[in-house]
Amino acid sequence: MNFEIIAQSMPLLLAGAGITIEISALSVGLGLLIGIVVGVCRVCNNKPLRYFSAFYVEIIRGTPLLVQIFVVYFALPMVTGSRVDPFVAAIAACSINSGAYVAEIFRGGIQSIDVGQMEAGRSLGLTWSQTMHFIILPQAFKRIIPPLGNEFIAMLKDSSLVSVIGFEELTRRGQLIIARTYASLEIWMAVAFIYLVMTFTISRFVAYLERRYRND
Amino acid sequence: MIKIRGLKKNFGNLEVLKGIDLDVAEKEVVVIIGPSGSGKSTLLRCINYLEEPTSGTIEIDGMELTSEANINAVRREVGMVFQRFNLFPHMTVLENLKLAPMKVRSISQGEAENMSLELLEKVGLASKANSYPEQLSGGQQQRVAIARALAMKPKALLFDEPTSALDPEMINEVLDVMKELAHEGMTMVVVTHEMGFAREVGSRVVFVDGGMILEEAPPKEFFANASNERTRRFLSKIL
Repeated sequence: MNFEIIAQSMPLLLAGAGITIEISALSVGLGLLIGIVVGVCRVCNNKPLRYFSAFYVEIIRGTPLLVQIFVVYFALPMVTGSRVDPFVAAIAACSINSGAYVAEIFRGGIQSIDVGQMEAGRSLGLTWSQTMHFIILPQAFKRIIPPLGNEFIAMLKDSSLVSVIGFEELTRRGQLIIARTYASLEIWMAVAFIYLVMTFTISRFVAYLERRYRND
Repeated sequence: MIKIRGLKKNFGNLEVLKGIDLDVAEKEVVVIIGPSGSGKSTLLRCINYLEEPTSGTIEIDGMELTSEANINAVRREVGMVFQRFNLFPHMTVLENLKLAPMKVRSISQGEAENMSLELLEKVGLASKANSYPEQLSGGQQQRVAIARALAMKPKALLFDEPTSALDPEMINEVLDVMKELAHEGMTMVVVTHEMGFAREVGSRVVFVDGGMILEEAPPKEFFANASNERTRRFLSKIL
């Protein structure tokens, strides 16, 4: 192990980790928004909305993220005729992808709430949306914190795929440094360690949320 | 107040209600009894459209239930108390009561709070306003559920076996609240196995079996000399 190489490469790797964090944070945030909306649509009474949301989930979950990134970045411009900014393409592909998984997590959470809760809300004159908003979702949210944590960690790791459209995020930086230094062992260890620090931080945060909501 | 005509309800191929006609006048307490699986709960749940009838009409206070909009309007006026309470576990008792009046009737936070505390006083649980449902006994939870239904100032209340999920020693505290409501003139439709309650405060007892109303009479008459054979057999088992 040549620790000097690790030390020298650290600024470059950390800059790459910054990009990894930026892309995953934005994708997770947007994915969460998409997921809530689509997840609620999956259980709503409107048939077209229900079918459309199921279709979205099946398509996205059934194709690789790598292919989705290629579709957004290379294939879409051939249809629209205008280039897509790589940053926009990366965020779009990752958040649309994450949204499908988050939607399924929300659907599961909503369906795990006793039907009596919806009935009680409706019997009081609340509309379906009001009951969903004030009664079902707050309860469902507490239950889905652990699987949401999983999804966020998975997104952070999967964000390495955006290197294919030119992003020098953490994994890509590692590759480039190795191409120059041949220090495979040191650099991959360092890259793995940085990922681990990031994912461990997320899992600690999720554990904190779980504790906080349990004591409520 | 409530007028049901030719009410039928199928679950798939199973015909649960086979044509029910029932009227409930203002201030009446109608007690629905019958063996399990007779359709009595389904009948009650059709009244506020928690179950959508397959055919037939339901009129509440002169308004026929048809569109989504007037179903919401009617549900405001008809409260429901469930067997399993169905309190909102993530809210305090007070929040459980305040929510619907504030969102549906758009009354202010302060007004909702005052009214809720008054209702909790009425069911003897003012001291539990800031507790969460899980911290209460079954009987207390059901009394909160009744108060929550009352917070909407309903014109009628539906009770779906309100004491069936309770330990025996807690049944009376709930029945006492219901009796008080009956004496105050609340219109009530009650599905229950509590024959004492039916006898004491019921204006009418309705016997349902096999998805049909087989007998309907004031409690005295009903319990003393039921005319229908199946009613008598049912009564002989439970009395």
